[in-house]
Amino acid sequence: MTQAPPTEPVVRLANVGKTFSRGDQVVTTALEAIDLDIARGEFISLIGPSGCGKSTLLRIVGDLIEPSSGDVTVNGKPARRARMDRDYGMVFQAPVLFDWRTVEDNVKLPLEILGKDAATRDRRAKEMLELVELGDFLKHHPYQLSGGMQQRVAIARALAFEPSILLMDEPFGALDEMTRERMNGEVLRIWEQTGTTILFVTHSIPEAVFLSSRVVVMSARPGRITKVVDVDLPRPRNEDTRESRRYFELVTEVREALRRGGGLDDAAELEAAASEERTIAEGAVG
Amino acid sequence: MSAGAGSLATSRPLRPGGTGRARAVRRSAGDYLPPIAVFVLAVVVFEYVLGALGIRSFLIPKPSQIIGALQDNWSSGRFSLFPAAIATLQEALLGLLIGTAAGVLVAFATARWASARSFLLPVAVAANAVPIIAFAPLLNNWFGLLNPVSKALMAAVLVFFPVMANVTRGLVQVEPAALELMRSYAASEWTIVRKVRVPNALPYFFTALKVVTTFSLIGAIVAEYFGGSNTSLGRRIVESASAFKYEITWGAIALAAVTGIVFYLVVVAIERLVIPWAAALRGDS
Repeated sequence: MTQAPPTEPVVRLANVGKTFSRGDQVVTTALEAIDLDIARGEFISLIGPSGCGKSTLLRIVGDLIEPSSGDVTVNGKPARRARMDRDYGMVFQAPVLFDWRTVEDNVKLPLEILGKDAATRDRRAKEMLELVELGDFLKHHPYQLSGGMQQRVAIARALAFEPSILLMDEPFGALDEMTRERMNGEVLRIWEQTGTTILFVTHSIPEAVFLSSRVVVMSARPGRITKVVDVDLPRPRNEDTRESRRYFELVTEVREALRRGGGLDDAAELEAAASEERTIAEGAVG
Repeated sequence: MSAGAGSLATSRPLRPGGTGRARAVRRSAGDYLPPIAVFVLAVVVFEYVLGALGIRSFLIPKPSQIIGALQDNWSSGRFSLFPAAIATLQEALLGLLIGTAAGVLVAFATARWASARSFLLPVAVAANAVPIIAFAPLLNNWFGLLNPVSKALMAAVLVFFPVMANVTRGLVQVEPAALELMRSYAASEWTIVRKVRVPNALPYFFTALKVVTTFSLIGAIVAEYFGGSNTSLGRRIVESASAFKYEITWGAIALAAVTGIVFYLVVVAIERLVIPWAAALRGDS
């Protein structure tokens, strides 16, 4: 801690806590004593039962929610400063694309806000959409795309202004299993190509293991980090990875850590049911 | 946050189309043919049924008599209808303009300042429950019987509330994740208004506009019933009826109906030009 390391972490969480109060009374302790360093270029997954505060933690890193205690340092500065400097790219569970804009114009939105000139906006939007393999859909509107394609547009938009860290909040939670696995491959390819740092919230154990360099396991409320699992699977990861022995061992390790943290009980079951429901609902709409 | 605006809409909620995936169907002439055929058929049936039942023409004249009356009184004579329709349309348009402008302005204020919402909305809801048309004779007194502004203001008052309620809702009911996204870009409040709230409110605005075009005509015509320039649809209806020239009364009503429909279609056309994506979303492009 005292010696300045040559590779300063992109994100440093020190004793971060979050409570929700009504009046003077603390009603819920959502997060407690969270310490975590994320190095540049890492792929970190946050996994835990519903209500463990993993999405809250992601928003605290992104300065969308203020912590009740502790310090959040991003690129060596407070989270607020980092947000003002546009260090974050956000991807939510819903794609949050604007129907009144074409796919291309959706990707250009952050570039407009950052005041980039038209030529740069055109070039970046095209590059990013080619990166997510939607180069043929520049002029389409979001509602003309499938759920998986919409989420790829959201990723392209998040990467358009080259943020130093990508915050992804269950980005594939609403997609069917097949699409989700394909998107996992996509996001790994993008991560490897861009070298960006990713903080990824999920409640899918296989997804967390397949993608991450480290899986951060959290306990049920109050949310605490119960274990950090190093994923030493070789890269590039592909379909063979999902069938390797080491992969299964790591999935088991994460599952056991979750169970010890109270993650695989009724709450998790409810969560699984809710997720399934969402998938069904999404299927019905699409 | 938006519950107040939601409870404002008078009868049924005025919502823009659902968010189902678009069916990219272009309407062809074939889609318009069935309703037109039904209308023509209804006119023909009326023509013969009224005759067969022996209903006297002063109760309900035959469609052919109404068309005849329209031809005879189109632009000349004591009951000339076309200039009257133009005059009424002008009053309605002026009222639509005033009411819409005021509605949009107040909507921006209520959406911008939560405090404004807390005291403006209850007042607006209460005012909206008043049968505003009852003010028509008073407006005539205030602004002068012959002054078209008195009619336009009646129309404006009717137009104001649906526009205000819907635009407020469109500005306020933005996906929370969209606001988080904008905050992650450190976007200013003004940028959020321009790039998210206003485009989000446009379909709500046009939904309201399609309703209030009719309201504006109703306001103008009813205000005319209580007196005003004789060259107006309302006066033509009242006077031809008291002169027992019912086929002219019906002609004026038919003209008012056609004016209303044309007015509505113009708004629909503008909507398709301004927000083509919204129509595509509804699947009726």
